[in-house]
Formats: sequence, structure tokens, C-alpha cells
Amino acid sequence: MSDLEQMYQQVILDYAKTRRGSGLVTPEAPSVGESHQVNTTCGDEITLRVGLDGDLITSVSWEGQGCSISQASASMLAEMMDGANLRTADETMEAFMALMHHKGVPLGDEREDLLEDATAFVGVGKYPARIKCALISWIALRDAIARATVGTEGSTP
Amino acid sequence: MDTLTGVRADFPILARTVRNGKPLVYLDSAATSQRPHQVLDAVAEFERAHNGAVQRGAHLIAEEATEAFEGARASVARLVNASAPQEIVWTGNATQSINLVAGGIANASAGIGGAEAERFRVGPGDTIVVTETEHHANLVPWQQLCVRTGATLKWIEVDDEGRMRPDSIASVIDETTKVVAFTAASNVTGIVTDVAPIVAKAREVGALTVLDACQAVPHLPVDVQALGIDFAAFSGHKMLGPTGIGALWGRGTLLDALPPVVFGGGSVKTVTMETTTWLDAPHRFESGSQPVAQAVGLGAAAEYLMAFGMENVARHEARLAQIMREGVAQLPGIRLLGPVGDVAKADVLGLAAVVVDGVHAHDVGQILDDAGIAVRVGHHCNQPLHRRFGVVSSTRASAHLYTTEDEARAFVDVLGTVRTFFGVNS
Repeated sequence: MSDLEQMYQQVILDYAKTRRGSGLVTPEAPSVGESHQVNTTCGDEITLRVGLDGDLITSVSWEGQGCSISQASASMLAEMMDGANLRTADETMEAFMALMHHKGVPLGDEREDLLEDATAFVGVGKYPARIKCALISWIALRDAIARATVGTEGSTP
Repeated sequence: MDTLTGVRADFPILARTVRNGKPLVYLDSAATSQRPHQVLDAVAEFERAHNGAVQRGAHLIAEEATEAFEGARASVARLVNASAPQEIVWTGNATQSINLVAGGIANASAGIGGAEAERFRVGPGDTIVVTETEHHANLVPWQQLCVRTGATLKWIEVDDEGRMRPDSIASVIDETTKVVAFTAASNVTGIVTDVAPIVAKAREVGALTVLDACQAVPHLPVDVQALGIDFAAFSGHKMLGPTGIGALWGRGTLLDALPPVVFGGGSVKTVTMETTTWLDAPHRFESGSQPVAQAVGLGAAAEYLMAFGMENVARHEARLAQIMREGVAQLPGIRLLGPVGDVAKADVLGLAAVVVDGVHAHDVGQILDDAGIAVRVGHHCNQPLHRRFGVVSSTRASAHLYTTEDEARAFVDVLGTVRTFFGVNS
């Protein structure tokens, strides 16, 4: 498999084409957070919204446009994180970021179990210019969660 | 072009391979050009044998350094036909050149520079005119000047091909206009601006003209005097020179009156605890130590371009534009931004920005990169024009004097495979 084929694995092209969680919804959840991120290189944008009930993510939806890598990443993220708890979300995010900075080599440890299909993004790590494409939705997720939890964690302002 | 073989040998980087041994097909010259060994050697030679404090030392190598620094200024002045070397101000790049003018106007508007700077003052009721096809570098500084001074920003609209509309030029520039800032050639459509009608209209109302010549000076003959403009900005790294050096050309009388933006040593005539007066141009704008080796490199680049002949560069690139644009027009599902149809007329730079139906520019660029073809993807620092075209980004191939016809064809050929790779061939 060439580097190019390793990056554009069929599963990635499939997720890019059939988008999961695409189209913003208004979650019926105790707390809601939204994040808007821009990839300054190309002008691509994503708006991602989460609904939280305690430490459970009850809704992930997004809207945006971009390359196949960014669209597949957002699509897969929505599928994986909908229904996950915050701790799993955090660990998955860390694992995904580690994968992106692993220079195209599989992580080869238990973090791959967390990532499931997202391990297919391994090839992106060989192309530094594309890492931002794969990460932008995850950055939006982290920011949206932070916004949703503002004011709910701890009572002192 | 029979001299092309020799030219390619001048550019060491063109001999390297990329992505599993493929020859480099460098089609990103509008972003940054490659440098010939004449430029690389001039920089190295200066650093090795002539480095000294310019315009300060009383010793031999300081004199040599000053001579090299000022000699480079004279070379650049000759390339654009400035009436004197003093009309060339060194800056870091074209962006800084434009900011130098916009910032000088802002300072004049705040009362800096005294009576001689009054002609530059702008404020509420005045307008600054740009165009819809500007690179962010020739839009944002003027936007911000308006924020600072209370002047109003207006813009000349473009048609569906990206050409500035004559009716818009006629209506937008009026008696309130103080500055008209516009590009000499678009970095997206490649359209070379017909400067004359804009300058004529600006002169009629007494407005200053600022030309973003970043894409023109490297690729076309530019005669700043014949154009009738007041200021022109360009970058070294796009014209075979080093990074970190650019130039602003301005009419001598204007440069000698425009207040500086960066204050400090080397630019002043007399300083008291309360007040300062400035030297004439270019020194009033060159506070602090300068990128001397880079200026020397840019001088060598100007000499290289003049030896090749700017008419020859333009003719060669017009041919490459034709190959790329006509080739792309034959491909199904691919839209060419800018003029389509008869592009044999030499009013388009050697570049082609395309939008592939169903495939994002990043993905297009990746397929080209895998074939060893280096292009630019994204909005090329020109979001408003992309928005005008109804797209977010595009894939741009851009040539220079070292680009071959085979390379232009390779771009078209590989571009033709992209939709199949991503399965959007329906």
C-alpha cells in the first residue's frame, strides 16, 4: 500500500461520503456546548455541538465543509462519541492526537481499542500538512465540551 | 524555449526528487519561487567576504557592504525602471511594503510628519478604494487604516471571470477617494490588470495609487514610471530572491514626505528630547539594522531576471498558461477560475487555479503531490474572491521562467485522474 493509499483508506472515503452526525441539532440535554473552528490554511470550517447529561455525551452533531480527511474524521467522531462518557471521550481524543503525531506508524497498544475504526487515520501522520484536517473536529469537540461544562463544575466563580 | 535547459541547471532544487524518487515538478512559484545559484552564491559570498555594518563603518568591509547593499538597490530600481535608486525602500516583504504606505498614511492622519505630510491625511468623509480581487495583504491594511482614521472602505467589483468591472471603476472612485490600492495581477485568476483606466480615474480625483505588484514584477515587464502609479509593492522571494526581503517603490517626492512607521536609529536627521526630523527616503523608512545579505540576494535576482529579459519571461509563461488553461478546460467536472476560452492573449499569468467538482482542494493537491507535483491548495490568502466565485478554496498551479511545457502538461494529466481516484466520476 502506498502512502497515499494508506491515508485514503476506503473506510475513510466511506465516512467522508456518508456523513454521520452531519446537520446541527438542538439537543434536549441539561447542558449544551458549541464550538466553531477554522482551518486557516484552506478556510474550511466546522461547527460542532454537544449535549451533556452529567458526564454522558447524549448528542453530537456538526456542520461544515472540508476535505475528505476532515469530513471523515468529524463523521467518525460523531458516531464514536455519541453516547460516550466524558472520560472515554477524553481518552479517545488523547489517543487520536497521539496517532496523528505517530508519523504513520500504528500506536500498537491498547489505545487502538479505544480508537476502533479511527485507527484508519494512521496514514495521515505521514503528511504533516494534513494533521490539522483530521484534528479540527476533535479540537471542536474538546472546546464544545469545555463550553458545555462551564459553570457546571464547581460553584465558586 | 531553447535557453530553458541552461536556466534549469541554474536552480539546484529542480534536480532533487520527491515522494519515492519522483522528479520534482515545482508548480508553486506564485507562492514562492525557487532561487538560482547566482542568488544563493551572492548571499553566501557577501556573508563570507563583505559583511559589515552598512552606512556606518569607516573601514573597508563596511564600505564594501554598503556598496553591495546600495548596488542591490540600484539593480532593483533598474528592473522596475524607477527614476532613482532612492525610490526603492527595503522592507521584509510586499505585505510590509503595503503596510508601510498604509501605516504612513495613518501616522500622517494622526498629525505625525508635519505640514509636508498633510497631503496624506485621511479621515471621516474620505474613502479608500480597493478591489474584490485583492490578496489579503492589499485588503486588510486598508480596512484597518479605515478603522483607525474613520475613512470608509469601498471596493471595485469584479465580473464572473474576475476582471475589474469598468463601470465599477468609474462609479466607485470619486471626489472623496484618497487612495486606490489594487493588484497588478491576480494570484488566483492570473488576470493582469489594465492599470491605465484606474490610474486615469484616480488622478482625475487626486487620489494616490498603490499597486500590489507582487505577482507582476517576477513575471512581467513592469515600468513604474510608465504605469503612472504612486507606489508599488513587491516581494523578493517570489522573484527568485531570498525570503525576508521585499521592496516598496514610491515617487521620490511622495516618499520624502510620507512619515515613517518604524521609528528608531538610522532614519533620523536630528533628534531632541521632544522632537525628531527624518532623513529623506529611503533611509527614513529603514530604521534599525537591515536584512543586508538578503538585499544583496535580491539585487542578484533582479540582475538574473534582467539578463533573461522580462519580455522573455512573460512570453514563456503565456505559453505555459495556454497549455494549462486549455488542458484544464478539456477535463470534465473541473472548473477553471478566471478567464476561460481564448487565453492566448498575454493578459494572464502562467497560472491556473481550479475547482474539482466533488473533491476538496486539499485532496486534489495530495494526489498531485504524490506524483511529485507541488501546487498550492486553499484560498491563497484571497478569501473574498473565492467567495465571489462561490467556492471556499481551489488548487493552483503556477509557473516561472524555469517551468517546462512538459511540467505544465503533467499538471493537466494528473489532474485528470483525481475524480477517478475519489470515485466522483459519475
